[in-house]
Amino acid sequence: MKMRMKNSTILATATLCASLVLTVPGYAEDKSIIVQSTTSTQNSGLFDHILPMFEEASGIKANVVAVGTGQAIKNARNCDGDVLFVHAKPAEEKFVADGYGVKRFDVMYNDFVIVGPAADPAGVAGRNDAAGSLKAIADAKAVFASRGDDSGTHKKELALWKDAGVDVKAASGTWYRETGSGMGATLNVSVGMGAYAMTDRATWIAFRNKGEFKVAVEGDTAMFNQYGIIQVNPAKCPNVKADAAKSFVDWIITKDGQSAIAAYKLDGKQLFFANAAKEGAS
Amino acid sequence: MLDQPVARSATQLPLAVAGLCFRAGGSTLINELDLILTDHGITVVMGPNGAGKSLLVRLLHGLIEPQSGSIDWNGKGCGQHTRLRQAMVFQKPVLLRRSVAANVDFVLRLKGIADRERLEQLLAQANLLAKADQPARALSGGEQQRLALARALASDPDVLFLDEPTASLDPSSTQTIETAIAEASGRGVKIVLVTHDAGQARRLANDVVFIHRGAVIEHAGADGFFKQPASMAARDYLAGKLVI
Amino acid sequence: MQDFAEAFRLAFGLVAAMDANLVEIIGLSLRVSLTAVLVAAVLGMPLGALLATVRFPGRRAVVIVVNALMGLPPVVVGLLVYMALSNAGPLGFLQFLYTPAAMIIAQSILITPIVAALTRQIIEEMNFEYAEQFASLSVPWHTRIIALISDARYALLTVLLAGFGRAIAEVGAVIIVGGNIAHLTRVMTTAIALETSKGDLALALALGIVLLVIALLVNAAVMSLRAGAERRAHA
Repeated sequence: MKMRMKNSTILATATLCASLVLTVPGYAEDKSIIVQSTTSTQNSGLFDHILPMFEEASGIKANVVAVGTGQAIKNARNCDGDVLFVHAKPAEEKFVADGYGVKRFDVMYNDFVIVGPAADPAGVAGRNDAAGSLKAIADAKAVFASRGDDSGTHKKELALWKDAGVDVKAASGTWYRETGSGMGATLNVSVGMGAYAMTDRATWIAFRNKGEFKVAVEGDTAMFNQYGIIQVNPAKCPNVKADAAKSFVDWIITKDGQSAIAAYKLDGKQLFFANAAKEGAS
Repeated sequence: MLDQPVARSATQLPLAVAGLCFRAGGSTLINELDLILTDHGITVVMGPNGAGKSLLVRLLHGLIEPQSGSIDWNGKGCGQHTRLRQAMVFQKPVLLRRSVAANVDFVLRLKGIADRERLEQLLAQANLLAKADQPARALSGGEQQRLALARALASDPDVLFLDEPTASLDPSSTQTIETAIAEASGRGVKIVLVTHDAGQARRLANDVVFIHRGAVIEHAGADGFFKQPASMAARDYLAGKLVI
Repeated sequence: MQDFAEAFRLAFGLVAAMDANLVEIIGLSLRVSLTAVLVAAVLGMPLGALLATVRFPGRRAVVIVVNALMGLPPVVVGLLVYMALSNAGPLGFLQFLYTPAAMIIAQSILITPIVAALTRQIIEEMNFEYAEQFASLSVPWHTRIIALISDARYALLTVLLAGFGRAIAEVGAVIIVGGNIAHLTRVMTTAIALETSKGDLALALALGIVLLVIALLVNAAVMSLRAGAERRAHA
């Protein structure tokens, strides 16, 4: 009878669905860690370059969750990661001081740049002083797109505005626009509305939607961008994979990891400069 | 009148209805209705439009609750327990969105008597065996009503209500249905049939309940009723006049 | 804008080359969203059918709440599931965070109300039609619900498609609880978000085109299945 046939169709569909469920990997493999990190390291392609080398050397798979530095730290405070790899030194030191991290190590640096439209309405192109340039942008009321998301880049930008003596809070919504988004999304916005923006150089070099935009301001030591790595403390977070996490930290701050970082180039340009202290891990 | 020494409806009869009232939307649709059914066989309910015929059979079947009055099937009241031994065929059949056979099978399984032979017998009786695997809702109006009747009989009821089952059917389908009704009655099933078709009533009825404005005006044996109706309303109705 | 032409060229190239990364991402997208649809069907359909057929005090309020939950923002669902599955949360011990299981949970929560609300609507209309006949037959409530779901199965397929559409297209929930980890929790929508943030708009759009085509294929497959079965067995 027809009913029977339809039942078998339904049964077949259900079986198909069930098999789909069963093939979903429920867990990451045992030899894997979660690295809470930032969009700049992810978007620049650095991780795609160095993580396979680490996996090759150690047999450990590093899974990267790329969010803003602020959120990465928050996630790690919730014990949702084995390693924290971000760029906001004061916040990182507080993370360790609060007991969530074992120890903080310098890993690498690059620098921030201010990018802007070719028309350069604030006339800052070619300058190398961050605070002075920002003051000029503010005086010209030229549109500036800020991350506004409590990320490492955002924190750095706010510090520079403070140096420039500009109260951006008051200008928010007029010429100062907070996107509340990641670096890439903010660059898309800034290109879209011809706004200046501050970005780390690695993200900028890897960014594909530059339009007519160019680097306007670069070379100020105040725009130095240091990355640090911290193993999440197993004493606070019993679930973390302490051994694998330590292996990753050790690898990245010693010779193999450091040279892997230095070797990463995009369009012929080196994006990150390894600078882990020589005493390294111990 | 048929002689039925071992009527299966014996457990349900007599039916005693007293002071039955049903009101809806501010008007009284069933008004102090009294009725006693003691005889087996086929009771035909007649009356003009709006008299309350459909409402009455729904009340007797326990599908709706009266506001006052009582319905009593052989001392057992009226409700889920009496409904279990009854079945009903509606004017507009509500068929499940399944095959013809599955519609009957649904009721057989419900009653815990799933049985292929019985299924085929019911379909054969409704002249639907050849269409067993077709979608029920693709049947013609007559076929749908025959299926609805077969499905009602599948539950092996003691009492069968039919609410104008042949109202929009052609003569051939009407005849098939009438034959099935007579056959069920012959097996001892108590039939309560609502119809406007005087010819059908004459062919089938053992007794006639004539209702008007929500009350029983006349309840008589079929022969007597059709020869000489006692009430003016029934006379007018049978003569095709407007009944006031 | 040449990005459009470039996007179509890229999309075609990716599909033609059966790009291994793309195949993996598509596979995970389908597994996560189809499983979520299955969960939503198992939970949402009986819930919708219950709401349609059973009268209880507060039923109207529940119906309104379920209808309103159709508008759940994916980001909010993602956040709630993150907070629950986080190692700092009550379900942290499951170790589901940043795995496909977390993504399935989030999407299931997102689409179960959709399945429940639409099921209730369909079943309620059908129940209205069947009610008197079922009462006459004294059909018990559980048999009634099963019969209604079974008879409404073709309409309910469309409901599942609506749920699937919502699941496969959302990014807000899966990116939070999955983390967009390459080769582990990266699905079509999070890959699109990533490429957009890299400024590779053409590639992002190309992935979007592929996603659209997949959604189209799934819909076409289900609809032709339905049409065939309906022709054979139902009118």
